[in-house]
Formats: sequence, C-alpha cells, structure tokens
Amino acid sequence: MNPPDPSVSEIWDLLDQVPDPEIPVISVVDLGIVRAIRWRDGACEVTVTPTYSGCPATSVIETEIERTLRNRGIGKVYLKRQISPPWTTEWLSEKGRRNLERYGIAPPQNAGGPKQCPHCGAVKLELVSQFGSTPCKAQWRCRDCLEPFDYFKCI
Amino acid sequence: MGREEPLFQFLLQLGDTTLILGHRVSEWCGHGPVLEEDIALANTALDLIGQTRLWLDLAGEVEGKGRDADALAYLRDAFEFRNLLIAERPNGNFGQTIMRQFLYDAWSVLMLEGLQASTDSRVSDIAGKAGKEVAYHLERSADLCVRLADGTEESHARMQTALNLLWPYTGEMFTSNGSEEELARNGTAPDPAELRDGWLESASRLETEGGLTLPDSGFAHLGGKSGRHSEHLGYILAEMQWLQRAYPGAEW
Repeated sequence: MNPPDPSVSEIWDLLDQVPDPEIPVISVVDLGIVRAIRWRDGACEVTVTPTYSGCPATSVIETEIERTLRNRGIGKVYLKRQISPPWTTEWLSEKGRRNLERYGIAPPQNAGGPKQCPHCGAVKLELVSQFGSTPCKAQWRCRDCLEPFDYFKCI
Repeated sequence: MGREEPLFQFLLQLGDTTLILGHRVSEWCGHGPVLEEDIALANTALDLIGQTRLWLDLAGEVEGKGRDADALAYLRDAFEFRNLLIAERPNGNFGQTIMRQFLYDAWSVLMLEGLQASTDSRVSDIAGKAGKEVAYHLERSADLCVRLADGTEESHARMQTALNLLWPYTGEMFTSNGSEEELARNGTAPDPAELRDGWLESASRLETEGGLTLPDSGFAHLGGKSGRHSEHLGYILAEMQWLQRAYPGAEW
C-alpha cells in the first residue's frame, strides 16, 4: 500500500532538501523560487518563479523538484511557471543568506553591494565585474585579504 | 488585419530584437578582451535569449497557429523577422559592441517601463521581469561607455566612431508603424515617439560625462519592423538556424 499523500507543509520541507544545482548550499525554497504548493484534483501543483529569464538552471531545478516528489510517491505532479510578480532577492530566506555567506558568497544587500568580505569580514571592497559565474552573481574583491569572492546580485 | 495581428507583429519586434541582439552579443563568447568582460557579455546574451523565449512564446500564443518560440526563432526567413536594424549591426570592436548595447539598453529600459503599464497583463508581466534585467545591463553599458569615452585618446576616438556609425540606427526605435499606432491607442504599448526625450537624456551622458559629441543628424535607417533588413541578418540566420533546418525537430 502506498503511504498517504504528504501534506502541503510536508512538501515544503521536502523541497527544502532540493539544492540549487549551481549553489548547492541553499535549497530551492531558500532561493525563494518556490512560490506556492497546493493539492488540486489529486495532483500536487508547485508554482515556480525563475530567477533570471535565461537562467539555464531553471529547467534542471524543475526536473529535480518533480523527481523528489515522485520519489516520495506522489504520482501526479504539475509544475506551473509564473513570472509575475518577478523574482526578487528579497525572497531569499534568512537561512539561505547565512548559508551563502558561510559558503563564501556575499548575500545581496539593498545598498547594491556586499556588506563585508565573506572570507575575513573586512569592509574595504571593490567591484571586479558586474557579472559572475552565474546570472545571479557579480564578482568582487576584498582589499584587505585580497581574495576575490562572489556577490549575490540584488534585484 | 485580424484583431490580434498588431499585437503579434509588435511581439515579434520585441522578441526578434532580443534574439538577434542576443545572438550578436553571444558571438563574443570566448573572444572578450578580458575574462570578466567575456563573462559579462555571455550573461547579457543569456538574459536577452531568455527574454526572447518569453516574448516569442507569447507571440505564438497570440497568433494561435501552434507555433512556439523555437518555431518562430528557427523556422522563419529574414523577411519575416521584425527586429530593429541596430540589433543586427556587426559587433565591430569591443567599444562598438558596448556602444550598441548602451543605445539599445537606454531605449529598452524605457520601452519596458511603458509596457509594465500595458492593458494586456501578459505583456506587463514579461515587461516586469525583463525590466529588472535590462536596468542592470544599462548600468554596466552606460558606465563602460563613459569610461571608454573618457579614457585614452585612442578609446575616445573609437567610441566617437562607434557612436557616429550607430546613430542612424537609433531613429527606428522611435518610429511607429501601423501596428504600434493601434497598440498605443488601446493602451497595450507606449507610443515609441514618446520614449525619445527620456532616451536622449540617457544618451546625453555620453556628452556630459564621456566628452563625446552626439551626431547632429535626424536621419534614420528604417525597415526592420517591416521585414526589410540589411544583408547581415541573412548571415546571422544561416548560422543560427542551420541545425534546425538540417535536422528538423532536433532537440538538445
């Protein structure tokens, strides 16, 4: 006999275990791209808002979400892509922000630049490039420890 | 002309412009002057191609003939493309590429702002998403243009040459065709002519901060919006569409 269908809050917990494929220290829930989860006509409907419209990770993330839910025994999964309201870094969870910084990626700040070096905590920083290894990051350098680091762009 | 035809044509203008410009910018991948700029150009191209998918998927939906973004991007010929001519201009040197990006970004930000007030929520949703990305692009292209224009004698001269070359391709951004007049009337899209003042204000940074001279000419090359393109588009499409033409339906 199949286990009973998980509740919506259990599914949130489940998806909080799905890592972002390019920044594996945060989950897709931390990233704020899972906007809604609900049961509809026996199907689990998950609403996903992409970070950047051209982000190649979006389809990988959707596949991972679907795989996770199927492994939990949910037979009908419906993924809904929603672009409005547009994704914003304000949707990053507090846990996600802490994990980013511990991983060496400075979390987004409303001021538009990183608050401190994620390696040594110094505040003398300089912008290297407005773009980085993924669409959501920029490259900065610490002028104290001289280490380069990624900054999660604030949008 | 069907009721949806003006919107379809307009969505092609937006989506074809981001597609062709995105393809042009992607030509820099692996050829950037420094690693950081190479990455920045590739990221910019990626955003533009992402926006293309949104615009062209909606265009296909509005057309109602079962064509999706891929079918529209890969299976139309040059005369069916509606992109602005500035998008298909060759890259030239790095400065020229950045100048083209700035002239486009400064317009695109205003167009997307106007579209966020569209009476069609499908259009305003996409504009809200794309507008954030383009505002970021503009920050970079404007800064780089000013820095290069205000840099060495050589970089200044190259930026002035680039501006003179591209200037006649900017007028098309503010020239309405029949579709746009109708969409402006029913509140779907802003009147392109109304974007000119704001754009000129952005462009004036090239003069005030970069020391360049804005060309004193109102001449505009037109034709992109009605499918009359320069020779360059054919070459772009030949490269971009080759795989789908040779192996129809091929998937990555």
